[in-house]
Amino acid sequence: MSHYDAIVIGAGHNGLTNAAYLAKAGLNVVVLEKNEYIGGAAVTRELHEGWHYSNCSYVCSMMRQAIHRDLDLARHGLILVPYLGTINFGDGDARLISYHDEEAAHLELKRHSPHDADAMHRFQTDLTRYSQLIRKTLMRTPPEPTSFRPRDIMEMLWLAKKFWDLGEKEIYEYVRFFTMSAAEYLEDYFENDLIMAAMASPGIIGTALGVYSPGSSYILLHHVMGDVDGSIGAWGLARGGMGAISKSIASAAQEFGAEIRTDSGVQQVLVKNGKASGVVLENGDEITARIVVSNLDAKRTFTRIMDKNDLPDGIYDKAKNFKIRGSSGKVNIALSGMPKFTEVPDNKYVNRGGQTFSGSLETMERAYDCWKRGTWSDNPFIESVIPSAWDPTVAPAGQHWMSNFVQYCPPELADGPWTPEKRDAFGESVISKIERYSPGFRDLIVHMEVRTPHDIENEIGLTEGNIFQGELTIDQLFFNRPFPGYGQYRMPVKNMYMCGSSTHPGGGVSAVCGANAAREILIDLRKPNTVPEDDFYDE
Amino acid sequence: MTTTDPYAGERPKLTAFYPRAKELNIRDAWQVWNGYKFAECYYDGEYEYFCVRNTCGTYDICPMQKYKIKGRDAEAMLNRMVTRDVKKIGLNRVAYCVWCTDEGRMIDDGTIFKIADDNFMLTCGSPCTAWLRKAAFGFDDVTVTDVTDDIAALALQGPTSCATLKKMGLDGIDTAKPFDIQFFPFHGETLMVSRTGFTGDLGYELWIPTKLAIQMWDELYTAGEDYGIQPFGETATNMTRLEAGFIMPAMEFNEALRTVNLNHDQTPFELSLGWLVDFDKPHFSGRAALLEEKKRGPKYTLTKLDIEGNKPAEESYIYNDKRCKGKEVGYVTSAMWSPAVKANIALAMIKTEHLDDDLWAEIYYAKELRQYSRVARCTRKTKPFWTPPRARATPPADY
Repeated sequence: MSHYDAIVIGAGHNGLTNAAYLAKAGLNVVVLEKNEYIGGAAVTRELHEGWHYSNCSYVCSMMRQAIHRDLDLARHGLILVPYLGTINFGDGDARLISYHDEEAAHLELKRHSPHDADAMHRFQTDLTRYSQLIRKTLMRTPPEPTSFRPRDIMEMLWLAKKFWDLGEKEIYEYVRFFTMSAAEYLEDYFENDLIMAAMASPGIIGTALGVYSPGSSYILLHHVMGDVDGSIGAWGLARGGMGAISKSIASAAQEFGAEIRTDSGVQQVLVKNGKASGVVLENGDEITARIVVSNLDAKRTFTRIMDKNDLPDGIYDKAKNFKIRGSSGKVNIALSGMPKFTEVPDNKYVNRGGQTFSGSLETMERAYDCWKRGTWSDNPFIESVIPSAWDPTVAPAGQHWMSNFVQYCPPELADGPWTPEKRDAFGESVISKIERYSPGFRDLIVHMEVRTPHDIENEIGLTEGNIFQGELTIDQLFFNRPFPGYGQYRMPVKNMYMCGSSTHPGGGVSAVCGANAAREILIDLRKPNTVPEDDFYDE
Repeated sequence: MTTTDPYAGERPKLTAFYPRAKELNIRDAWQVWNGYKFAECYYDGEYEYFCVRNTCGTYDICPMQKYKIKGRDAEAMLNRMVTRDVKKIGLNRVAYCVWCTDEGRMIDDGTIFKIADDNFMLTCGSPCTAWLRKAAFGFDDVTVTDVTDDIAALALQGPTSCATLKKMGLDGIDTAKPFDIQFFPFHGETLMVSRTGFTGDLGYELWIPTKLAIQMWDELYTAGEDYGIQPFGETATNMTRLEAGFIMPAMEFNEALRTVNLNHDQTPFELSLGWLVDFDKPHFSGRAALLEEKKRGPKYTLTKLDIEGNKPAEESYIYNDKRCKGKEVGYVTSAMWSPAVKANIALAMIKTEHLDDDLWAEIYYAKELRQYSRVARCTRKTKPFWTPPRARATPPADY
């Protein structure tokens, strides 16, 4: 039996970040990972020789620069490369190209709608203002609104002041924005269906909501508030795949002295006298520690690796009802060459970045209808990226891999459990949709990996395959994440913490949840803080 | 009817690669260097910067000045001119050098290529025909020829540069060590490739007779297609050289021969280039002055700074108190946010006596036309900000 200061369950990027900051503070930390590889959903895997898939998360914009810099991740091998030029594919021949150059982007919008081209300035400005406020809360622990502790009161006042500074009109707008649907919000600005579809698509990603569902406009914001080197809204690729992020954080954590054990799934969190005291591994080994930190999602933490009787009343039910519906699948495809898309100029800066098969608002809503009925759509929404066009390390030279994020895909089917045949049929729905826009696409396929929510849950332990460890709706955000009363990373059992995306500020490869949790833990352990403050471009 | 361009005398000259560069310069973003049109960027400076750090890029260095220095006395002549010991340069090797006035003030920096015992090439940023003639005074067997227009030069920089050259058919290029020169037959002529560059990354420079410039470009770009080849311009060059800690004329130093106020130029010691000054070799220009400066210590020292926050400290003063009330102890020469290192980096001239003080930069920046200022703590760095192992490894790892 071994003893540590801290056990972190799950070597996803947040667990590793948490371990790095705890180890930096001098704690003796062990990270326990059930898989033989680390990274959780920020992982690179060679599933076909020469092709390295980021087979879960695939792009990155939320990664907090302050953490990247503070942990010196560049020295640990991490470089984030922005990619350019997403094309939105309409239902027919319509294409909307996001040119990198502002003037070119404006002219492209103008070709679709002069009105919308102008409206885009107001839209971007408003969205930037909203995201500035949210961004400031990312690396701060949410206050408990009913608490009288000075720290919570100060934090509430800080927040109130930030809101108040927006002005009366904006406060109303803000609240409206948080509760609206992405489609309705966009209708305030735009008239063109393809433009609206393109702008709405971030509002549904990773969430079992449709573009017309209330709350989807916040999710839109969550996807555009990231940045790459201050270019807000930009997306980057980790050189070497998303696993490079986890690897670099792991390397930093190990340099601080943290230990990482793979093939070490946790069976049970041990609780003695109402306090977490360690864990039992699936192989029966027992490890004890002063504190236990779970990087698993809230539902999994409280319903799978904890004994219901160790929890205060009501927590088990809260965890069981935690909204973590799986809505998306992932299809990773190795290609023998670069696919060519119809009605797209042969411009290397725009025809190989991202492809968003958004169609129209109606198309996306119909795809959501299929999910509600417990099936996948034969006309899915697909967000694709071809990382190999930007990163020379992930596929053989001249060959490519394409990441396809597919929505919607239910974790459970109406007509019985997922089978390999059904999974293939789901994959086929993706190929045939892409083939419609890229004749001959099918012939380029060298290898593919189809992942349903069911597969994602089984492999990396995200309940229902929900990519955010719980949906990003207002009832589960900020001080309500994961549950009201537990928004500060401390869990209902003493000496037990959470550090995954089930906590504030939610999903995305940001490393924030892990860092914020470390800061709270260090306060409780009366250790000096090792977590940096956030660093803003927009101040 | 022939029309003559009345403005021909004012238009920039075009480099040997211009026909290709023109097609790829989508932004029409041009500057002029030594009279030649050259690109500020082709598509986007930061995008091109990432090509250098992630794949590979080409930088047109035709406007750089190139001189052939030949004859039995060539080595002795160069040795009297530059501060480094030219005798120590091996055959088919390149050395970075600086040269100074008798007062020890820096005229320029450049590279010396030793192609044979009596055959050298000198490259530098600014024309220096007049200075070379002075430097050759008294030597019998030395000829200096300006070959700037005869040799087209293209830098190929970035992690996939070696793979691209191998694909182009340059067998053995992976055995070239940093500062090595190799020669390859190319359509009846010789293509010279040096493992040199100005980006701090794995990279090479290609030297080809001008008449074959386009042919070489095309073969290079065909080979590089699957390795992310992309032309880059001045913006990306300036970013990468700053991360590598390299100095730039008119940024870190003011060429001595173009400096009116005699306090405004620099010595190699001030530029932290003391390692280039070899007092063990025979007499060279500026020796006495530099020896004295070495004893006395330089007034300023060029210093690498890592600065808090993310606002580039462009043109900032450096103070040794946080309130920035006292007299400034230095000034920033170049500054940027480094996307690869994720740090707010700068080069600054700091008064040597204040090097060990707490250093603070007073940074000015604008947001939506409003001016703001911020004081940020500076940390001195001794190593270059960007030093990937691949830049030194031979053979370089597969990107």
